[in-house]
Amino acid sequence: MTELARAFWRALRTATGDDAYERYVAHWRDQHRDDVAAPLDRRAFFREEQRRKWNGVRRCC
Amino acid sequence: MATNNEAIKEGRRLPPGVAWLGWAAVVVLATLGIAAIGSHRGESIDALWFIVAAVCIYALGYRFYSAFVAAKVLTLDPTRATPAERFNDGRDFMPTNRWIVFGHHFAAIAGPGPLIGPTLAAQFGYLPGTLWILIGAVLGGCVQDFVALFCSIRRDGRSLGQMARDELGPVGGVVALIGVMAIMIILIAVLGLVVVNAMRGSPWATSTVAATIPIAILVGLYMRGLRPGRVLEATAIGVALLLLAVFGGRWIDASPTLRVWFDYDGPTLAIMIILYGFAAAVLPVWLLLAPRDYLSTFMKIGTIVALAVAIVILNPAVKMPALTQFVDGTGPIFGGKVFPFVFITIACGAISGFHSLIASGTTPKLLASERDARFIGYGAMIMESFVAIMAMVAACVLDPGVYFAINSPAGLVGAHATDAVATISSWGFPVSTAQMSELAREMGEATLFARTGGAPSLAVGMASIFSNAFGDTLLAVWYHFAIMFEALFILTTVDAGTRVARFMLQDLLGIVAPPLKRTSWYPSVLICSALVVAGWGYFLYFGTIDPLGGINSLWPLFGIANQMLAAIALCVATTVIVKSRKAAYAWVTVLPLTWLVVVTSAAAWQKLFSPDLRIGFLSHANDLAAQIASGKIAGAAAAQAERLIFNDRLDAVLTSFFLLTVWVLVIETVRVCHAALSGRRCPPSTETPHIPSRLVEDWVRD
Repeated sequence: MTELARAFWRALRTATGDDAYERYVAHWRDQHRDDVAAPLDRRAFFREEQRRKWNGVRRCC
Repeated sequence: MATNNEAIKEGRRLPPGVAWLGWAAVVVLATLGIAAIGSHRGESIDALWFIVAAVCIYALGYRFYSAFVAAKVLTLDPTRATPAERFNDGRDFMPTNRWIVFGHHFAAIAGPGPLIGPTLAAQFGYLPGTLWILIGAVLGGCVQDFVALFCSIRRDGRSLGQMARDELGPVGGVVALIGVMAIMIILIAVLGLVVVNAMRGSPWATSTVAATIPIAILVGLYMRGLRPGRVLEATAIGVALLLLAVFGGRWIDASPTLRVWFDYDGPTLAIMIILYGFAAAVLPVWLLLAPRDYLSTFMKIGTIVALAVAIVILNPAVKMPALTQFVDGTGPIFGGKVFPFVFITIACGAISGFHSLIASGTTPKLLASERDARFIGYGAMIMESFVAIMAMVAACVLDPGVYFAINSPAGLVGAHATDAVATISSWGFPVSTAQMSELAREMGEATLFARTGGAPSLAVGMASIFSNAFGDTLLAVWYHFAIMFEALFILTTVDAGTRVARFMLQDLLGIVAPPLKRTSWYPSVLICSALVVAGWGYFLYFGTIDPLGGINSLWPLFGIANQMLAAIALCVATTVIVKSRKAAYAWVTVLPLTWLVVVTSAAAWQKLFSPDLRIGFLSHANDLAAQIASGKIAGAAAAQAERLIFNDRLDAVLTSFFLLTVWVLVIETVRVCHAALSGRRCPPSTETPHIPSRLVEDWVRD
């Protein structure tokens, strides 16, 4: 039961983008380890994401 | 590993005989459902039949038709690397779980459109709208979303405008860009009008909608400064505050000193929305737009799920007849015969051109496998279509008399309650003033007459469905919750649309004056935002003073514009299919394209030249001009009539532009396809070459 609840919570966080930063850091470790720069910090990451997200057609009728 | 997984997959499959038996049962159920709603005449019919018919038709469409399109027409190839894999930068391009992409895509495509269109189209009875939503989605809308997504995936995630330019040539590209801007302006104006009609003279609704602004700002500040990116926390706080605002509205409405602060007529509210729209467009995104979008997405999904559950469990009776006498074109909500106007009125939910912008925007950059395009493109549109069916049910569970009393403009049925009920009852939809004032009292409103636009009647329908489940005492709260929920995402579309139109305008003006192109240069931001807001604000303001209700002229215009965009997307897709030597299957896109060209041309022609004053823009303008000339209209009314005449002519110009656009693109498509088939010179296909995907080796992808 707790396992199911935990899975649901994980799915909810992923679906809503609540864990976006964790996923970004995991991706960075996975793919960009050799880059010189460090990953963005939490605040900078979400600023950057928001700027990107609202550039273009994002919502429909 | 791979063989093991395959074995598991095989083991989970049903034996073919059982599967075919199951699908045969679905076919039988779908037929029964359609037969039940199609042949029904008499008192009332269970809403469950609508749900059964819809779900079965969607299931068949998805299982068989979309599989055919995926395998034979588009030949989706999971071994091909998607843009997400090839350009993976962890940001714009990123292979993402298909369910997450589905969620984002659905949240992006489903706005207030599928709730409003079916509610308005219910004036013809439930049957024409329901059939068009089901057939239009399965054969048209879903296919359009699917092929647009596919074309973009095969072209590095390019936008519709770019693809139109690449595949059809420069004419197609420029026309598509201007068309998108025009459709934005009309869309925002008409959505603004819907909100105004819901808030007019209602302190409860107005104060609740007003409260969403500071709540969004609060959530924005929380996510920006206090706890960056904590979406769930911030949303929980925001939703709690929104519910509080709904309850608080009742208290404001009851207080004689406070209620005057929120009691306005239509034109005043229009000016407020215009000012709000300008402020929202120039304020930073994080302060208002982004948090409002989070809140409205959660509200939207929550409310739609609740409505679906309520309809299935409570199974309310649909009281609207299958067909009303208004199929002949005399309908009070908008003028025009069932053909072509039901196909124009219901765009979102059946086929919506706007989706092709989303399907060629962010979504193609996230798909991990080409195979997911079917689930996301075709599947998400099925969901939106289902929302439209629920809106149709919610409108049709009302007494038809009540439905027409709420939605008919005062200019047509009479400004006084007694006149209105007499007119509506004379149509054969009995309703009384006592019934209407009792309903208004239950909903916590002074009056529900002439609230054209769909939001209030949908709210009454939703409130009565919900209150059946939770008791009558909360009826008024449910009503205002539904109004708040619709206003929330209408205002999100107003903000987001203004911003998008501003970007496009900056791009266009940048050709003439390069500094205007800099999206962060404040003078340019202010000028271009003001121009865009002035554009839709103009239509919105004059919609509120139009005695026939601006919905009558603006909604068909929006429908035509939206279908025109769908036609552009289908033109591009047809060219792509022909160029990829699949001309034998081109009917998949040619079929919906032909239908759209027929209905948009017929509707546009009638809106231009019909002698009926409520349909033809030009005849209405000429009629007003004649009345001024003969002195029937004088003084201040004459000045207003002059404005209406100008508006009619402007609407006529826009309609001609849309009509011309469709035909230019169709002719371009025919020309390019003919050239491609006969081996003559034409813009070559811009499909990216096959690069093998490495992700397919990863069997446990999701």
